[in-house]
Amino acid sequence: MTNNLNSFKTLRLQGVGRNFGALNVLKDLTLEVRRGEFIALLGPSGCGKSTALNCIAGLLPTTRGSIWLDERRIDTLGAEDRGFGMVFQNYALFPHMTVRQNIGFGLKMRGVAKAEAEPRIDKALATVRLESQAAKLPGQLSGGQQQRVAIARAIVVEPPLVLMDEPLSNLDAKLRLEMRQEIRRIHAGLGSVTLYVTHDQDEALSLADRIVVLRDGEIRQVGTPEDLYARPATLDVADFMGFRNRIAGVVTAQSGATVTLDVGGVALTGMTHGAVVGVGGNAVAAIRPDDMVAVGDGGDGLPAIVEAIEYRGRDYFGQARGPGDSELFFRSGVKLGIGAPVRLGAEPGKVLVFTGSST
Amino acid sequence: MSIAVDDEHISTRMRLRARGWDGVTLLILPAVALMLGLFIYPFLYGFWLSFQPKAGSLFANYARFFADPYLYETVAKTLWIAVPVTLLNLLAAIPVAFRVRLMQRQRWLTTLLVLPITLGTVLVAEGLLNYLGPQGWLNRTLMLFGIISSPVKLLHNYWGVFLSLVITGFPFTFLLTLSYVTGIDPALEQAAATLGAKAASRFRHIFLPLLVPGLAITFCLSFVQAFSVFPSAVLLGAPAGPTRVISIAAYQAAFEEYDYSLASAIAMIMGFIQLAIVGGVLALRGLFYRGPAGGGKG
Repeated sequence: MTNNLNSFKTLRLQGVGRNFGALNVLKDLTLEVRRGEFIALLGPSGCGKSTALNCIAGLLPTTRGSIWLDERRIDTLGAEDRGFGMVFQNYALFPHMTVRQNIGFGLKMRGVAKAEAEPRIDKALATVRLESQAAKLPGQLSGGQQQRVAIARAIVVEPPLVLMDEPLSNLDAKLRLEMRQEIRRIHAGLGSVTLYVTHDQDEALSLADRIVVLRDGEIRQVGTPEDLYARPATLDVADFMGFRNRIAGVVTAQSGATVTLDVGGVALTGMTHGAVVGVGGNAVAAIRPDDMVAVGDGGDGLPAIVEAIEYRGRDYFGQARGPGDSELFFRSGVKLGIGAPVRLGAEPGKVLVFTGSST
Repeated sequence: MSIAVDDEHISTRMRLRARGWDGVTLLILPAVALMLGLFIYPFLYGFWLSFQPKAGSLFANYARFFADPYLYETVAKTLWIAVPVTLLNLLAAIPVAFRVRLMQRQRWLTTLLVLPITLGTVLVAEGLLNYLGPQGWLNRTLMLFGIISSPVKLLHNYWGVFLSLVITGFPFTFLLTLSYVTGIDPALEQAAATLGAKAASRFRHIFLPLLVPGLAITFCLSFVQAFSVFPSAVLLGAPAGPTRVISIAAYQAAFEEYDYSLASAIAMIMGFIQLAIVGGVLALRGLFYRGPAGGGKG
């Protein structure tokens, strides 16, 4: 019954929404995903990304909209009839079953004969490199191993769609990097769609073919990692893409995409994508801490007073108080003393200008 | 010299502490005294007393019990009430617990259910006497609607005790069951659903195996309660006939025949039967997974 869902071309979300009581946590999610794509749903906690995932999985009923695999509507099916694989944030491994039984559960529920199931379980075990742990109970495994069992359990049924809900959030930094590569490799091997929910922009950037940025239950931007990283469409997205510095100013000049702002008497030049700001209007400049460089007192840039500085290997990163009591994050090649005056500058190409006055 | 002695002194304390013995350990002393005084000593005294019959050899009391049908039949009669009641309570509690687990407001329901426990068996028995009697509401209502032509006899027989044990025992069984059911991570059921398991399969493969150990404990506790039934067996049952349970036999030996030795022997037999059944159930429980019912880290 689920087999005919396996060969689909597109997954379409059509105005999918979900209310919890009067609270509208997911608004009008519309998205088309092609087979083979790795999509990351990126957003801060509470933005509705897990709700979206649960709606697609069938674990939460949708309030509005429809979900389609090609021409087949699936939001009316129960979770057990959709045949999607899901990796839960806390893994949700069956504690009373061995690793092998956990992985084989989906096949058993689909009535796959033992003779066919065994080699498939072996293959899944090999994919996640857990052959030697097959007879253990989940409780006897480390977090990273449990994570891999959860992935193997979801992919062994060769689902058309694999849903992952922050699967790496419980792992330590080193393991997280390793698992990222594993997940990407497994995705490539399956050739299906992976929908990956995360609040970690690094994870989204490194894993996804396309990133969907969600905020307040709405899609803010959809694009390739390169797109989003270089050209965030809104200040929200920019904030999420690591543009930590947001400096309010007034536009003094604009030629083409190049905009010059006046920030407390100092000129700051940057680029705008799309929207024409208009001279005299309020605007906000967004700059990554990496691109905000301390040029020493007396140089060209925003004057600020160093409030904190820390060494992160190669460079120092610091926080300073800038014009209009703004908080600025910057990089420095040398160690600066707390309380020292400093000038912070950025190349115009690294400064994004958005319309509006709020930072 | 004195330094060396001090060193030794400290290391003894350290060693004790490493094994979990320190000043805090002393706090268990009142509990130990209570256990010794109120449980261990009376138990051992009763055990010793049961081998001091009024007449005859060391085992005369036990011999008498198993020779006299009026006495040994109480074992079967008690089991015949306690086991079905416990099983019914348990089987009824599971579906209710599964429904209640999803409810938003469990508190009023819990309060309602705790009430029969706090009221005590005697009050419930009195209530049932009025409610289920030949002139009680139940019979009058049934007769009013012509469902029955003469009152159904629900008191002073097996069913009177049975019903009273269900009413007083169910809340206890249910609350225990509910705590085990809600202890299972809901993500496990969701995971099973995404893997294609229908509701029945999810229950059979996920919930049931994880619940069995808890249900075994619930069974034991509910069974022990039902097995030691006394007030309702007297008030609602037929204490000379089908509901002459083992505690009635012990009571009669002690306070009608004034044979404390025989009463002690009956109490020991009662204890042994409970122990055997609880032990058996717990041994079966050992065959199942007994770890935490969570789905992993987090």
